[in-house]
Amino acid sequence: MRLCIPISLIGCSSCTQNEKRIIKETERLVADPAPGITASPHDDNLRYFDVTIQGPEGSPFQNGVFNLELFLPEEYPMAPPKVRFLTKIYHPNIDKLGRICLDILKDKWSPALQIRTVLLSVQALLSAPNPDDPLATDVAKHYKENEEDAQRVSREWTEKYANINKGVN
Amino acid sequence: MSSDYEFSDNEGEYYDSDEMMDDYQNDEDEEMEGDKYNNHNHNNNNMNDDDYDYTNDDDFRIPTKSKSKSYQVEYTSLTQSLVEKSMKEEVDHVSGIFGVEPSTATLLLRHLGWNKERLIDKYMENPTQILVDSGCQVPETIPSPSSSHSVDDKSSSSSRRATRSSSKLLLLSSSITSPSRSSSAQKKISSTSDSSMTFTCPICYDDSPSLIALSLTCAHSACSGCWTAYAISKIRDEGEHCIRCMTEGCAVVAPDEFIHRVLRDDDDGKDLEGRFEELVVRGFVASNPKLKFCPYPGCTNTVSCPSAASKSVLSMLVPIVSCGARGIPSSSQNPTSTSLSTATNTSSAHTKEHIFCFGCPIESDHRPVICAVARLWMKKCEDDSETANWIKSNTKECSQCQSTIEKNGGCNHMTCKKCRYEFCWVCMGPWSEHGTAWYSCNRYDEKGGVEARDAQSRSRASLERYLHYYNRWANHEQSTKLSLDLYAKTEKKMTDMQITSSLTWIEVQFMKKAVEALEKCRETLKWTYAMGYYLGRGNEKELFEDNQRDLERAVEDLAELLEGGGVEMEKEKENVGGLRQRITDKTVYVQKRNEIMLEDTAIGFQDGRWKWNVGVDGFEEPIEDFGGVV
Repeated sequence: MRLCIPISLIGCSSCTQNEKRIIKETERLVADPAPGITASPHDDNLRYFDVTIQGPEGSPFQNGVFNLELFLPEEYPMAPPKVRFLTKIYHPNIDKLGRICLDILKDKWSPALQIRTVLLSVQALLSAPNPDDPLATDVAKHYKENEEDAQRVSREWTEKYANINKGVN
Repeated sequence: MSSDYEFSDNEGEYYDSDEMMDDYQNDEDEEMEGDKYNNHNHNNNNMNDDDYDYTNDDDFRIPTKSKSKSYQVEYTSLTQSLVEKSMKEEVDHVSGIFGVEPSTATLLLRHLGWNKERLIDKYMENPTQILVDSGCQVPETIPSPSSSHSVDDKSSSSSRRATRSSSKLLLLSSSITSPSRSSSAQKKISSTSDSSMTFTCPICYDDSPSLIALSLTCAHSACSGCWTAYAISKIRDEGEHCIRCMTEGCAVVAPDEFIHRVLRDDDDGKDLEGRFEELVVRGFVASNPKLKFCPYPGCTNTVSCPSAASKSVLSMLVPIVSCGARGIPSSSQNPTSTSLSTATNTSSAHTKEHIFCFGCPIESDHRPVICAVARLWMKKCEDDSETANWIKSNTKECSQCQSTIEKNGGCNHMTCKKCRYEFCWVCMGPWSEHGTAWYSCNRYDEKGGVEARDAQSRSRASLERYLHYYNRWANHEQSTKLSLDLYAKTEKKMTDMQITSSLTWIEVQFMKKAVEALEKCRETLKWTYAMGYYLGRGNEKELFEDNQRDLERAVEDLAELLEGGGVEMEKEKENVGGLRQRITDKTVYVQKRNEIMLEDTAIGFQDGRWKWNVGVDGFEEPIEDFGGVV
């Protein structure tokens, strides 16, 4: 790695390595966005992304557009990105503060994963809630005891908070 | 070890070398492997005659001093390099049986928590499965380019043969083939097909031509820089020694030489090589019940104590051990050099020896009381002591329903909120007997009042009892802490003494010995109060308390002599010799009392003499119930 970097940059070798990956990933995200997902970095901070995810068809979150924030920590890609829902959502693996319980964001993180794959996983989590591994325990309980009713609430919340036509967050 | 309590002027230097003696291997031989193991060792020695590690084997195997006191356990302190040596023996054994590379054997053993028997069973059952599970090999169903390579080389050989190469370090190099890297365990693969043009690292997206691509057996390549950063983050941030391929879902584990190779590329990484070794050793130690890692910060020694390996013996003995090292290193030194030799030159600095309990997490000498009871006591003190003190001084119990009541104002005519019982706060008798004598309780002799006070005192007794033991326990603990100050003062006195009297350095050592004895005995005394609290009533307990009293008296006498000795000494400078004699005598006596205390309780545990007033694992039901023990 070192060998290919000009002497003047050696002190910052890991930094340029990170930056390079982030820039490339961002380019690809913009050029070839994943269906139903947008991610755009802030102008003043390339590590901070505004994200939107469309609720998957056939899920109670259908027709909703959810806002998220995504931050790439200093250690990225050795450490996972930090992702959080900004839009309120009634989901057993997402809590009141929008924090997400997803293995690849924790111990199952691999440096080979990318922003795109992370967001696709989050989208997949919306299609397949996992109440057996809950973060929001009350929602998970609801989902386990009466899935139909819980899905009704999820739909209501989607309508209320994630409805792009109303423009309410 | 057995000489810890002896008093003699020339103790010190040579004990530590005794403690280094290593009977760990002998235990292993006897208990685990029997003849098979011995044979294997023998073979190893022959095979590796040129390997200095093995030719010197016997130097490490000096029989331990047999234990002489019933309150001591046999144990051996092992440095990290000694543990690494026994790990290597296990690995060589397995790699000999299966005919696999040592690095593969290492991963297999780690995967099964170093349980060799289980590993052999599983391997005989289905070698491929266990190789995949342990991350040595990719699953057959997803053949990857590199594994097909290695199979092609010896396509006719059995699957077991194929695994020999499974953990080899594969170097995929796009432009620069670095031949210097190829050791016997490495294998170069000439760049083929897709990777021949340009290699882009899937992690950092770098595609410069000088990039060195590395991969494990799964052939998921990444550049060496990313591997280094990844290994560093796993080791430093997560304390992980089982480092998997970076590709998501790939379970292949990087062999140790691969990790070392990528760590060496970086200055930070070089520093972590030692940490990596330590993590590996910790993993090995944690999986073996006969071993325990020294819990003191910065220490990398391990203690082997086969006699305390099972939980059931902990009701019979208190396995207090020491790794032999002292003090806490300010900076992390070379982990292998925190050896026992450093423990010998502590004459000037009073640094705490690394004494800990092998059976429980208490990092001090909790003899004479056994682990289970010590834990009970610690928990009780954490929960109760302050609350109990407050309850005792601020509340009374309703003599009808025993609810605890705090009187925070108003007159003495109390009405219990719970049972509506009306009583007088002063005499605790029923209010009805007071008639109209408001605010003045002159009825001390009334029958009701006496009875109520009796009930009150009974329920208070348990609290009083606890506080009795707790206060003494805490007192000794406090005194032990203060002994550090005493030590500093004593050192100064010792220096003064050398100047003012004709005594030499050796001759004033008695002061130091006295302080050390004092500290040790206070530690014992402290825990006798924990034991006393839980001991069931009876003759045995009375004898125990007699011993406790004698020890306590001796300790306080010696403390008095030491603390007050300075003043006295000033007065009678000519009589330093006399003082020395008195302190030495007292020290010997205190140590003797301590010995008796420990010996007697230890024998009591072995004979099953002690009965508790609470339920303790491994003992009969409690002999008496204190009911209201708070």
